[in-house]
Amino acid sequence: MLKNMKKTTKSNLITYGMVIAAFIIVQILTATGNISSLLEGLMVPLCIYSILAVSLNLVVGFLGELSLGHAGFMCVGAFTSAFFSKCVQDTITVAPLRFFLALLVGAAAAAVFGIIIGIPVLRLKGDYLAIVTLAFGEIIKNLVNVVWIGRDSNGFHFSMKDVMSLNMETDGQVIVNGPQGITGTPQDATFLAGILLVLVTLFIVTNLVHSRDGRAIMAIRDNRIAAESVGINVTKYKLMAFTISAALAGLAGVLYAHNLSTLTATTNNFGYNQSIMILVFVVLGGIGNIRGSVIAAVVLTLLPELLRGLSDYRMLIYAIVLIVMMLFNWAPKSIEWREKHLAFLKKKKNSPSAASAGADGRKEAR
Amino acid sequence: MKMKRVASLMLASVLAVGSLAACGNDSGSEGGESASSDTFKIGGIGPTTGDAAAYGIAVQNGAQLAVDEINADGGINGKQIEFKFEDDQNDSEKSVNAYNTLKDWGMQMLVGTVTSTPCTAVVEETHKDNMYQLTPSATAVESIQYDNAFRICFSDPSQGTASADYIADNGLATKVAVIYNSSDVYSSGIYQNFATEAQAKGLEVVAAEAFTADSKTDFSVQLQKAKDSGAELVFLPIYYQEASLILTQADRMGFDTTFFGCDGLDGILDVEGFDTSLAEGVMLLTPFTADAQDEKTQTFVKAYEEAFEIAPIQFAADAYDCIYAIKAAAEQAEITPDMSVSDLCDAMKTAMTEITIDGLTGSGITWDESGEPSKEAKAVIISNGTYEAM
Repeated sequence: MLKNMKKTTKSNLITYGMVIAAFIIVQILTATGNISSLLEGLMVPLCIYSILAVSLNLVVGFLGELSLGHAGFMCVGAFTSAFFSKCVQDTITVAPLRFFLALLVGAAAAAVFGIIIGIPVLRLKGDYLAIVTLAFGEIIKNLVNVVWIGRDSNGFHFSMKDVMSLNMETDGQVIVNGPQGITGTPQDATFLAGILLVLVTLFIVTNLVHSRDGRAIMAIRDNRIAAESVGINVTKYKLMAFTISAALAGLAGVLYAHNLSTLTATTNNFGYNQSIMILVFVVLGGIGNIRGSVIAAVVLTLLPELLRGLSDYRMLIYAIVLIVMMLFNWAPKSIEWREKHLAFLKKKKNSPSAASAGADGRKEAR
Repeated sequence: MKMKRVASLMLASVLAVGSLAACGNDSGSEGGESASSDTFKIGGIGPTTGDAAAYGIAVQNGAQLAVDEINADGGINGKQIEFKFEDDQNDSEKSVNAYNTLKDWGMQMLVGTVTSTPCTAVVEETHKDNMYQLTPSATAVESIQYDNAFRICFSDPSQGTASADYIADNGLATKVAVIYNSSDVYSSGIYQNFATEAQAKGLEVVAAEAFTADSKTDFSVQLQKAKDSGAELVFLPIYYQEASLILTQADRMGFDTTFFGCDGLDGILDVEGFDTSLAEGVMLLTPFTADAQDEKTQTFVKAYEEAFEIAPIQFAADAYDCIYAIKAAAEQAEITPDMSVSDLCDAMKTAMTEITIDGLTGSGITWDESGEPSKEAKAVIISNGTYEAM
């Protein structure tokens, strides 16, 4: 049966299967009590970073534009959804329903920002686009740091100065507290929800990529002039890929906001550090290789935590491992070496179904 | 060929499961050990890398010093203490990871976390597990919002309120300018409460100028505004690095006024390249100064300098007091290491409200159920290059 299947379907099924298998294994380990608290606590972040990597891959790998503001969209999703959840915490007490609505709110808000940013930004390309998206990410981060929103019996109060200028009644509650962010968000994010969202993301991205629209997006990447000359609406497809990617990053943001009880916008979680980290996942996993993105995100998120035993040398070792992995994956000599010495693993290369994910991720996409 | 692929997939998945299970097993056995072992396992969390590393390292050192002293002295209730400190890079997510790592190690009590925002995230987890938590330096109100959490330092509201009260009650000024770091939870937290209390006390905040972590080198704009507003006193609820720059720049522009700060200013005299004569007359509220003349502080500073070759800052003293507070409460509750984490927590919760600590950061410190310490805020003034009590 596998033989008759289209190669893309098969590749997709392997990816889904991998995620589901990981979920089942972790569930079994949890049920039998064989999992460490650290790993258990890392499950939701793993889902978050997988979603981010896959969604950024849509822009970097398939649209072929370098975006350095991905964490900005995550930030939008996180703050809007956390704000929403805080507001309805008392009215909607069913956690899954509230979380589902929060997901919609976060994704929609991120998508709106994707469109707003996309319209001017996508007129640029290459390095220029990268710099503008980088600036956008910083703007979002700094903006949420100067917003104060409170609620009392008279409704909502808004300020961009400080808490005192909200002028709230004594029963007022500050919801967004400037640089202190939002505290006390209900912790609705579960591993199951995370896995479902990873599957949804994979489903959306793989189906988009293999659809007519996806082929148009890739045509723009490969040769913009040729694509335009056959009548592809470049702006429309660019904006489509960019907005979908932003909405998915928003989903990841919602998970992030509902995983911890505090939410602040710092350089580490929503600044350029994070954007570049996501880009590292994408590049290491293979540009245009969706399954690779998930694997790279999981490995690179687990690594610094599993290296805790090395205490102070941890981040140094992590950086070295990163360099070694990049060299191993992408240096021409190492590709040559791998083809020679690890030929038995590469047997599948003979079969037309498996594209060589290691050598050049883009091949699979084409 | 097909077989080989299937086989390799199988092998890979077996490996993956194996490694996951191995992680689980390790921790399982460690957890089991701790329950039957003969030592108290105390964990600590704080940033030992990144921007806030100075605070995390100070807490780690201070706590370690106290643990070593207690162990050499026979331990708590005759049992030795094991102390392990994990890095969180001042990030909530990493902090929860660090907490889980320590849980796998078999931690029974937590000293931490050092910074406020991560502490608020971690307290949610300790509350779920009912683990006893004592933070040396997380000042935000939410950081100890549950009954299992206590703190040794002043909270943001109490520092802001105490500062406003002190200025108003001693008639230091009526027109006050504030320069604060709006991207820092500690600084903006104090500012908010200062402004609220100032209003109630009849102080006029004539200028409230903010800066952020990204723009903390040039303060001429903020200082000019403070000067133009006719402020008689400038309140600096910030850390000492920025304060040293502010003092230097104020001197350069000829802005001669009184500066008043909180415990964050502690350490200003040790800033390299800073002309300490500029700090003359600066007042600050702080629970601890390394120059204090009492015997306790002197012994601590000497031991700390011997062990770590730098002068301790207030965070180290907070952490040192934390460990001794745990010792006192543990002896009051007569706990033993073989009790479960939850039982330990319940016993410690009650004991904490019954003890009185004479520590480095205050004498006669007591706690109530909210977890807030009650101790005297000491105001000191810098004169002749040392801190002098006022």
